[in-house]
Amino acid sequence: MAWFKREEKGIITTTKEKKEAPDGIWNKCPNCKKPLHYSEQVENQYVCHYCGFHMRIGSKEYFSILFDDNQFTELFPNMISADPLNFADTKKYTERLEESKRKTGLKDAIRSAHGKIEGHNLVIACMDFTFIGGSMGSVVGEKISRSIDYCIEHRMPFLMISKSGGARMMEAAFSLMQMAKTSAKLALLAQAKLPYISLLTDPTTGGVTASYAMLGDINVSEPGALIGFAGPRVIKETIKKDLPKGFQTAEFVLEHGFLDFIVDRRKMKEKLGAFIKMIDN
Amino acid sequence: MKITFDFEKPIGELQQQIEKVQQVEEKTKVDMLPTLTELRENLQAKKEEIFGNLNGWQNVQLSRHPERPYTLQYIESMSTDFIELHGDRNMGDDKAIVGGFGSMNGQTVMFIGHQKGINTKMRQYRNFGMANPEGYRKALRLMKMAEKFNKPIITFIDTPGAYPGLEAEERGQGEAIARNLMEMSVLKVPVICVIIGEGASGGALGIGIGDRVYMLEHTWYSVISPESCSSILWRNWDNKEKAAEVLKLTSTEMYKNKLIDGIIKEPLGGAHQDPEAMINTLKQVLLNDLDMLKAKPADELVNERIAKFCAMGVVADEDLPENIAIEPEETQA
Ligand SMILES: [Zn+2]
Repeated sequence: MAWFKREEKGIITTTKEKKEAPDGIWNKCPNCKKPLHYSEQVENQYVCHYCGFHMRIGSKEYFSILFDDNQFTELFPNMISADPLNFADTKKYTERLEESKRKTGLKDAIRSAHGKIEGHNLVIACMDFTFIGGSMGSVVGEKISRSIDYCIEHRMPFLMISKSGGARMMEAAFSLMQMAKTSAKLALLAQAKLPYISLLTDPTTGGVTASYAMLGDINVSEPGALIGFAGPRVIKETIKKDLPKGFQTAEFVLEHGFLDFIVDRRKMKEKLGAFIKMIDN
Repeated sequence: MKITFDFEKPIGELQQQIEKVQQVEEKTKVDMLPTLTELRENLQAKKEEIFGNLNGWQNVQLSRHPERPYTLQYIESMSTDFIELHGDRNMGDDKAIVGGFGSMNGQTVMFIGHQKGINTKMRQYRNFGMANPEGYRKALRLMKMAEKFNKPIITFIDTPGAYPGLEAEERGQGEAIARNLMEMSVLKVPVICVIIGEGASGGALGIGIGDRVYMLEHTWYSVISPESCSSILWRNWDNKEKAAEVLKLTSTEMYKNKLIDGIIKEPLGGAHQDPEAMINTLKQVLLNDLDMLKAKPADELVNERIAKFCAMGVVADEDLPENIAIEPEETQA
């Protein structure tokens, strides 16, 4: 459940930096290394138009891609992390939180919002990997839990976009129990017969995979996303062998029966909209 | 008392002193009773002092003592006519999780638990108590059967973690644990979970959603083992003791943080010093709880179980004054 393994590959500029980015900024595709203009990236929903590589993006980008006209009402926007264990390793948890807030302009590793997709009401909760590795602490668990309550109250589907290294170690057992909390709430959503779509994006690992991310009525992903329970390094150390090519990719997980489909980000809205419509009719 | 760990050495020294005095008494036939009484009192005081003030890492060490009773010993001592049931009906039979019906004081109970091996060969056979997905799926199959026949469920948790293997990933370790969390939260029969040794992360939680969740006094329960925590946060294995402190993983701290329902006292020195006493103590608690829980309507049981887990966690509101944490909302269940 290591949240720390921040692979630089695929991370593009943070939300805050982007706001300040002047026109004419060029980025290299992390995969094929071809130069991509910033405006091209936005237009192409952060998918490389040369090789199809899906760059890592956050809640701001997913909301703008999926919500009709980028219109939405953010839910529980003021919720922030406390420090129930008064935790410190090489740095105080409170300092880490402040630093992350400053760097990302976010309040924690998740945002939740109510809006429409292809005309259908829904709630989308989306994780932000740039905030302490998208780690799941009490805020992540509680926002998901309240988002589900909101869906049950207002009778609408729930879309969860996971992107996380797993548990937030600085909240130790509190973090662990968010797995129980979110899974229990999903049981209630299921009893209310409301659709739950789980979108697992690069990367989804650890306790997030072992709770809400794997519990969708449909589990879907994007091409090439890393999805797993244990991290690749831990597995390699355990079995003392090299891992096969493509291990723990979305394609591998689909092949083993744990995803319903993989969809190109540029077709995501249309396909998820179609699914919700199918259930609604 | 058997001495295993460094922190037990002062006890060992007093025990040796007592032995010596006894030998002298035997040889010389001089009455040494006053000396012996004093030494025995000192010994008792020393034991209480040491085991009443263990730090996180010392508890972790005790929780891993190879002579602690394991799941099958609890089941076989607490119940009669235990019928072990095997397999997930899909892939195979995981040896790291065992389960089956047993009769405890005349009532049928579904027992499930992680099983560690009692010697080198068996430790391998049991995969050190690290379950694969089929272990969690076997557990779920048995829990659903218990629900079908309206029998209560008792789980014993003792694992260093779910197995991080290649096949485990192929067969959906994450999905298997996730499914159990969701399904256990709505089981319509009483569920009691007890951490009897190690409670490591999702691998422990995967059979740990209950109406009552207990920790034996000297066990640990957290999101990660102190060793792994050390390697991640400090990038070396030398800070495991520090990690055990900061994770607040002891039964006392877990209870204080309202993440478990209670602590079950171990015999002085740990469960391995007197397994029979440990098992009897636990059995009494389980019997009392079963009586209480069986009297509740199923819906109430489920609602309370969900509400309990949904109340776990501490968040704050940025519009409120600093350092005022708000309790998570009560569930609408
Ligand atoms: Zn490219």
